[in-house]
Amino acid sequence: MTNIPESNLCCTPLHRQHLALGAKMVPFAGYELPVQYRTGIIGEHLHTRKSAGLFDVSHMGQILLWPNSGNPADAALELEKLVPADIAGLRDGRQRYGLFTDAGGGILDDFIVARRGNHFLLIVNASRKAQDFDRLQDYVGQCCRLQMLEDRALIALQGPESGSVLEKLVPGSANLNFMESREFMFQGSALWISRSGYTGEDGFEISVPADVSEGLFSDLLEQKAVQPAGLGSRDSLRLEAGLCLHGSDIDDSTSPVEAALEWAIPGVRRIGGRRAGGFPGDARVLSELADGAGRRRVGIRPEGKAPMRHGTVVHADQEGRRRIGLVTSGGYGPSVGGPVSMGYVEIEFAISGTLVFCEVRGRMLPAKVHSMPFIEHRYNRMRRPDREVH
Amino acid sequence: MKFTEDHEWVDLDGVVITVGITEFAVEQLGDIVFVELPEQGSEVEAGEDVAVVESVKAASDVFAPASGSITEVNEAIADNPSLVNEDPLGNGWFFKIKLDDPDVCNNFLDEEGYRALTQ
Repeated sequence: MTNIPESNLCCTPLHRQHLALGAKMVPFAGYELPVQYRTGIIGEHLHTRKSAGLFDVSHMGQILLWPNSGNPADAALELEKLVPADIAGLRDGRQRYGLFTDAGGGILDDFIVARRGNHFLLIVNASRKAQDFDRLQDYVGQCCRLQMLEDRALIALQGPESGSVLEKLVPGSANLNFMESREFMFQGSALWISRSGYTGEDGFEISVPADVSEGLFSDLLEQKAVQPAGLGSRDSLRLEAGLCLHGSDIDDSTSPVEAALEWAIPGVRRIGGRRAGGFPGDARVLSELADGAGRRRVGIRPEGKAPMRHGTVVHADQEGRRRIGLVTSGGYGPSVGGPVSMGYVEIEFAISGTLVFCEVRGRMLPAKVHSMPFIEHRYNRMRRPDREVH
Repeated sequence: MKFTEDHEWVDLDGVVITVGITEFAVEQLGDIVFVELPEQGSEVEAGEDVAVVESVKAASDVFAPASGSITEVNEAIADNPSLVNEDPLGNGWFFKIKLDDPDVCNNFLDEEGYRALTQ
């Protein structure tokens, strides 16, 4: 067994542990990552919803943004020139979901931004991190210092048992609320822990120095409630939770309103707000926020058993005469117990319960437009409920 | 039991073959969540894609290893696709073909030949 992949793929700091756990490794966004462990995708998915799954997401980009002035408001306002979110209103120790838009109002990437005292931490998609960093450098590099963190791993602990498990290893962490982000000490090293994730379950995302990540990962795995979970279950979990995968469900050809991500754009950035517009593609995004878009991302629930995957064409009629949209993600939903998809349909079909027909291997199979998420979110919103995120 | 290069197994009984997918194929596919079977009575050509097996990861075709007519299909795996994971060489069989030419079975791989293919 070797620790180095044959191709020029990158390894995360936890690569050796994945191999020791019997993971099936696949290339993903330039990294060799576990798609599943011995349990398999369905088992890992169900275990995460029932107990706790442990994911290595170290391939994602971790970018620090420091205002040269020392005043976080300066960095926030600069970042708002790229992002239709309320960054200036982000309190210390809180994080938000954001979108990088382009001049046409398309989505270049989605990310999480956390305020850490006088600076910010951005978690961006692996496949986009180089482009995101360059774009940030171009737009905010004058007023901020940017740092791509190469020496930290990122681990996600997801599922209803996550809080009790993490509390044992990192006392105080269970007090975090959903979308709260704080620093905790673990064996003399600083963990940046947020209560968030990509599964629809309660859980944590933990930025950990690479040299202690193996220790943290194996300490977590020693907990009875915890099983390792790979990219396969990460995808089926996020699909059931109705969460977008950049590159499949959203990209530069989809706008935030088409993608049903209006919730990520607060009133302060909309028409009539104090800092309305002022981001790339604002003309289109603001007008779509007011008037709607011609198509919309929706859930699609096949009536039969056949999965309807990325690229499946959606029609209004069984004869396939009127094409109305496209599936952007789809597969088997283990917790739903059947196939689930999401995709875009023309706006008049974007109503739950609408019967549509999806072309699978030359046949028009019935499906119904479905509200999302398919599985109710179970986030930890204990105290101080922030704004609704979905 | 014989094998094909498409990771299917073939079991000959008189002029009828039972067809399924190999343990190696199942291992590669992972959790199987959907199976589409050919119609009973349909005529199939060797190499034709006659069934579909979908795992959590992807959809794959299952080919007719030889020409003939479908005499029986295993509805149990359509109802419960995980049977294919649990018992690929037994209860997880896919369909039976009444062969046009029983001699074609000589062309299939034996166990040793198939094992060499998967190593």
